[in-house]
Amino acid sequence: MSLPFYVSPEQFMKDKSDYARKGIKRGKSVMAMDYADGVLFVAENPSSTLHKISEIYDRMAFAGVGKFNEFESLRMHGIRQADVRGYSYSRDDVSARGLANSYSQILGQIFTEAMKPFEVEILVAAVGEPGQPNELYHILYDGSVADETDFVAMGGQSEDLSAYLHKNYKPAMPLEEAVKLGVAALKEVENRSLPNGNLEVAVLDRTRERRKFSRLTAGEVAAMGPEAPGP
Amino acid sequence: MDIPHFPFDAAPGAALDSSSFSSLLRKMDPDAAGGSSGMTPVEAPHATTILALKHATGVMIAGDRRATEGYSIAHRSIEKVFRTDRWSAVAIAGSAGPAIEMTKLFQTELEHYEKIEGERLSLEGQANKLGQMIRANLGLALQAGLVVVPLFAGYDDRARVGRIFKYDVTGGRYEESDYWATGSGGRDARATIKKRYRPGITADDALKVALEALFDASEEDVGTGGPDVLRSIYPNIASITEGGFLKYGDDRIAELFQELLRERSTDTTTEEHVPGAERPVSE
Repeated sequence: MSLPFYVSPEQFMKDKSDYARKGIKRGKSVMAMDYADGVLFVAENPSSTLHKISEIYDRMAFAGVGKFNEFESLRMHGIRQADVRGYSYSRDDVSARGLANSYSQILGQIFTEAMKPFEVEILVAAVGEPGQPNELYHILYDGSVADETDFVAMGGQSEDLSAYLHKNYKPAMPLEEAVKLGVAALKEVENRSLPNGNLEVAVLDRTRERRKFSRLTAGEVAAMGPEAPGP
Repeated sequence: MDIPHFPFDAAPGAALDSSSFSSLLRKMDPDAAGGSSGMTPVEAPHATTILALKHATGVMIAGDRRATEGYSIAHRSIEKVFRTDRWSAVAIAGSAGPAIEMTKLFQTELEHYEKIEGERLSLEGQANKLGQMIRANLGLALQAGLVVVPLFAGYDDRARVGRIFKYDVTGGRYEESDYWATGSGGRDARATIKKRYRPGITADDALKVALEALFDASEEDVGTGGPDVLRSIYPNIASITEGGFLKYGDDRIAELFQELLRERSTDTTTEEHVPGAERPVSE
């Protein structure tokens, strides 16, 4: 009978973390930022059908980076939880905080118990009523949650993106300016040109009716002139 | 209800492979999903006359505002026309409670599908889904007499036409080519539409026909409420076109109703005649 090798819990967790981080690092980036009318999402995504950004509920949206099948299953879980809650109680009872908490539990449990941690980082965003702040919950592969303000960057180039946004972000920008900033940030960190077709851009716009989520088409993004040099 | 929680060994999403909201709800919150148990017929509010008719640019869907319970009025201003997604709507007749619940479930079902799949369910798919939901209510319909018979109308963005579907209590789905009205005053409403309707009718004319049909039904059928000028309660009428679902405001309906009343009152004055006046006088 052979004794299993002893691995200290610290080492074990560190290995898992490194594994997850490496996976996330390989993927493309997504960013979200507050703008005048809500929350803007910008991602590099060569596919126009496999989304990184998605609607969850009336005021809530989801963004994920890393391994597609993993964040896709989390996205579906979010929609399911929100719809069941909203149907059983009321639409107002569906909160981003509740969903972020649920994601945190799931990811935390997977990180500690499963053989392989999820290689994902996700963002739950909710647009506030007029005069109320937006909510941005950034959830990591190990279940830790950060309640962010102004902007969040995730994925392969998240550090460089954050640094760029930190330098150039201004509160309450109009949509056009925010889109320009987002695209400029992606170009800057990737250090190459991005065709508009490779961009996934969406908003949570508080001026819309009940469902605040809306995607911007490549044409709409192009019309905002993100080809111009960044602000 | 606890927050739905997926254990890690059944990774979130893996436990369910369909994009159907009703099957999800049965799993997660059976109380909210409801279901049939042994019951005797119950007295419950009944929603009455609803109609739908096609017009040149889409389809019109309408309903009166009365709910009855036996011979008394249960509700004067119930809503019977519900937007179900941007290009479709349901009007309900039959037992109000289950019908409203079914509509809410149907609305959530469509939105859920759209969010999970990333695209809308086709109008055909929506019509079939509603049929299945009515069939699921069959037990309740037979045991407790809680029958739900909606009308479903929408703009088919693939065929680019308005379409109307009616249902029977077993969930049978029948597509109507021009118009349909159902509920207790449905037959009377149909009689009016039949006289006034012609294919390719404009949306404005269709609106007038819908209002007139509901008004006629309210005159012939005790279960159907007419426009209530005193309380400003007017029928719900909505049009669905390429541009989406649009409900007409009460002001517009009130104005058309006044116009209709004027037309009808002049009709009666012209018909008013002195007996014998037209008869040739022969000595």
